[in-house]
Formats: sequence, structure tokens, C-alpha cells
Amino acid sequence: MTIKEIQDSIVEDFSMFDDWMDRYAMLIEMGKECPIIDDQYRDEKHLINGCQSRVWLHAELKDGKVYFTADSDAVITKGIIYLLIKVFSGQTPNDILSADLSFLDEIGLKEHLSPTRSNGLVSMVKQMMLYAEAFKSIS
Amino acid sequence: MDQQVYGKPLVYLDNAATTQKPLCVIERERDYYLHENCNIHRGVHYLSQMATEAYEHARQTVARFIDAKESHEIVFTRGTTESLNLLASSLGQLMSPQKILITAMEHHSNLVPWQQMVQRCGGQLLVAPMDDKGVLDLQAYEDLLKQGPQIVAMAHVSNTLGTVNPVKEMIRLAHQYGAITVVDGAQSIAHLPIDVQDLDCDFFVFSGHKMYAPMGIGCLFGKTEWLEKMPPYQFGGEMVDTVSFEKTTFNKLPFKFEAGTPNVGAALGLETAIQFLEHLDRKAVEDHENLLVKTTMEKLSAIVGMHFVGQAPEHSGLVSFIIDGIHPYDLGTIIDKMGVAVRTGHHCAEPVMTRFGIPGTVRTSFALYNTLEEVDVLVKAVTRAANMLR
Repeated sequence: MTIKEIQDSIVEDFSMFDDWMDRYAMLIEMGKECPIIDDQYRDEKHLINGCQSRVWLHAELKDGKVYFTADSDAVITKGIIYLLIKVFSGQTPNDILSADLSFLDEIGLKEHLSPTRSNGLVSMVKQMMLYAEAFKSIS
Repeated sequence: MDQQVYGKPLVYLDNAATTQKPLCVIERERDYYLHENCNIHRGVHYLSQMATEAYEHARQTVARFIDAKESHEIVFTRGTTESLNLLASSLGQLMSPQKILITAMEHHSNLVPWQQMVQRCGGQLLVAPMDDKGVLDLQAYEDLLKQGPQIVAMAHVSNTLGTVNPVKEMIRLAHQYGAITVVDGAQSIAHLPIDVQDLDCDFFVFSGHKMYAPMGIGCLFGKTEWLEKMPPYQFGGEMVDTVSFEKTTFNKLPFKFEAGTPNVGAALGLETAIQFLEHLDRKAVEDHENLLVKTTMEKLSAIVGMHFVGQAPEHSGLVSFIIDGIHPYDLGTIIDKMGVAVRTGHHCAEPVMTRFGIPGTVRTSFALYNTLEEVDVLVKAVTRAANMLR
């Protein structure tokens, strides 16, 4: 699936719930499916600096596509990073770099996009883009 | 306080970060800008003299509020952090201290300025430890005093644990060993009566915005003998006496430490906040806030896996906790959606979190306007969130 198609399906999943509680519950559930980062990468180098919860992110390039793994000590944050992984994993660096992220607004995570928000969503996206940028230059 | 968030009544329990402002405070600052706005200490015209008088009157009110001997012992700053930076910078130049003693429960603002200054002087930061309940180890504190720190900086009330430190005794001991004392009153000023002469501290600092006053105004109290000796912190404007290209002489106290145009409107708001507090029965306020703390702890303790971080018998203003298996950030995010505003994280006191081996806490902190009904809303919200997150 393309990035756009995956985003549309996530938006559709979230639109089933009107209540924010259910949305958060779904986000938490989704976090459990997150491809967990290998222990060897769970270090300072792979830590994304969000203020309150810790997020580790790793990426690999296989056959021209980027594959992410991650983990977080907070379940909501883990849900959020998994959403991003769902969208970006298995895509080419170019597709990742040109992706539109407005789906995050549509599923009600807009508030998390503020740069001052302490969960570091912006930092997560930025780190994924940096990986894509780095892989683009070697692929 | 009638505000709604996400369609729910707001329950504001983040008062240790900043309190909401009484209408009289907001109106005082508004009035200043509507009718009195003027730069002070300069103009000979009517408005300037009025504003100058009002500003100096606010200084007298602060002096009375904390029982300073002289109003020139009150320096207006932007807040606690600036007061502490002023002290670290100025005392650093004056004394070049080789040892500074702080406690293990300091806010970064009462840690980093001292740490950076003592490192620049090639000296060492000493840290008095606390026990598992968040009580300072007084014996260890006294042992460290024997190492001869020149400055001792201490939180009056811990912003993370709520511990009320026995500052009067700590100051007495520090003086006995020849150290000067700095009390960080950021978390005590709204809750406890302050008498700097009775405490006998050399310096006492606090912020206005944590005691119902506007943001951007705070105070540094210093004993005259020290303020006289200390070199200025910032230069220009108000703080000079005479200036030539070769030499500058500095203004007298307290103006020596107030460079540039001060936040007059906020200072007047601070005065009104003090008057607001003084019109209340402070003992009744303290009792009410203590009841909120006690009830919160009693009711939250029914939640499985609940741990209170900071269980000192002398406790004020706040309850900090963690729940087994639940990240404070997750809990804060969920109860926010239920209209309950609390603080989560390390509360700018990372070494405290390291001490207890936790990533952060959920902190509920109270002000005089909070109610027992709000405590019930909090407890329900935390219970529901905990069930969801487990």
C-alpha cells in the first residue's frame, strides 16, 4: 500500500470512535503491535528526546525500502510511534520524505503536533525523516 | 475557574506550576496600564511620580509581608529563577566559593546556577541527602557543613515531594559553621507564613505567579549587609549613579540590582495579591490546603499499585505519586481529557527522580480555591485512567 492508502485506512479506523477515550484505548491497543526495537539499539544513540517519555527508534534499509523498529516506556507514546511506523515502514526514502502528515489532524492527534508538546511527536517525525534522508543518499 | 476543557469543568490542580489569578490582581494590573502607565524613577512629571510611588509602595508591602527589616532589602526580579541566578552570579564574584551545599530535593533553578558558579570557581557542590520518605537527613547535613561550604542553598518546600524542610534549624546550623544561607521560597510563599527575620536567612527568594500574582515578577530578599557588599548583576538604566567613559558608580540599594525598566504593572499586581492573602485568615487557608492534601492521599491510596513520592510528615501543598506499571505521562494525558490538569514528568528536579529510581511522577498541587469536590473528580479520573492503562 502507498503511504496515502495506509493513512486513509488509519483515519477510517479512528473515525469509528467519537469518544476520545475509545480513540486513546485504540491507540494503546495498537501500540502493542509495534515492531519492537532490538535490545542492541536500545541506547542513548537511538533515544529520541521527548521531554517526558522515552522513545527509541531504529531504521534499516532493505531492498531500497526503510524499515523502522521502536519502543517507548509510555503506552500512548508507543501507540503514536507505531502509527508513524505503520505509515512509513516499507516505503522508499523518497516517498517518506514527500509524505503529507495531515492524517494526524484527522484522527485527533493534532494537539500532539505542537512543537512544545512534551511527547515529542515532532521529534519522532523529524528523526524518521532524517533516517530517510540518510538512506536516500546511500541508495 | 468556571472554565470548561473538552466539554468538562476544569479541575485545576497544577498550582505549584502557577496559580490562577484573583480578579482584583488582574484588575490592578489592568488599571495600571489604563491610568498609571509610565516609566518610573525618571520623569519629573505627575504620572511618573505616581507610578514611582506605587512601585515603591509595592516594595514596602512585600517587605511587610515577609517581615523584612527594611524595604530596600527587597529587590524586584522576574522570579525565583532570576533571583537565584542573580545571587549565584553576584556571590560568585564576591566570594569565589570553593564549596556550596544544597539539598537532594532542589528544583533545577536552585541547583544549576550554584553548580555552574562553583565549577567556574574550581570548587565543589555538596548535596545533603534525604531518606525514602523525602525527609532531609539533618545529621548528614550537619556533617557536610563541617566541610566548610561558604553558601548553603535550600528549598523551603520541595516542588516535587511537598516536603517542608526545617529551614530555621538548617539556617541556625549553617550560621554556626560560618555559611550564608539562601532559602528558595517558591513553593512555600503561597502556603506558609514567612518571617525572614525569624528565620534569620541571609537571602529568601520567591515568584509572584505562584502566589496569585502576575507572571514576570518575583523577589529577592537579602540582608542589607550582604546586598551592600555584593557587586551588581546586570548593568545599565536604573542601577547606575554616575557614568563617564572611564568609570561608573552604582546606585544605592535596592536599585543597584534593578537594571533596566522593571515590570511595574506586575509589581503592583503582586502587592494586590499580597493584600488579597492578608485579608484572608491564613491559618484557615493553611488548614484547608492541608485537608485537601490529606484527603487526596487517603482517597488515592485505595488505587492498587499507588505509591506516594514524598511522604514527609511535614508536608505542604501537593501530592506526588506513581502507579505500578503506568507511565506518568500516560496517566496525565488521559486525565487531562477528563478535565483534570496536573503536572507529569520530572518537575525540573531530575536528581530527585534519579534518587527514587522513577521516570517522573504525577503531581497534584493545590491552591486555596480548590475544593474537596475537585479531589473527588481527581480520584475518579485517576481510577478510571489506571484501569484503562493496565
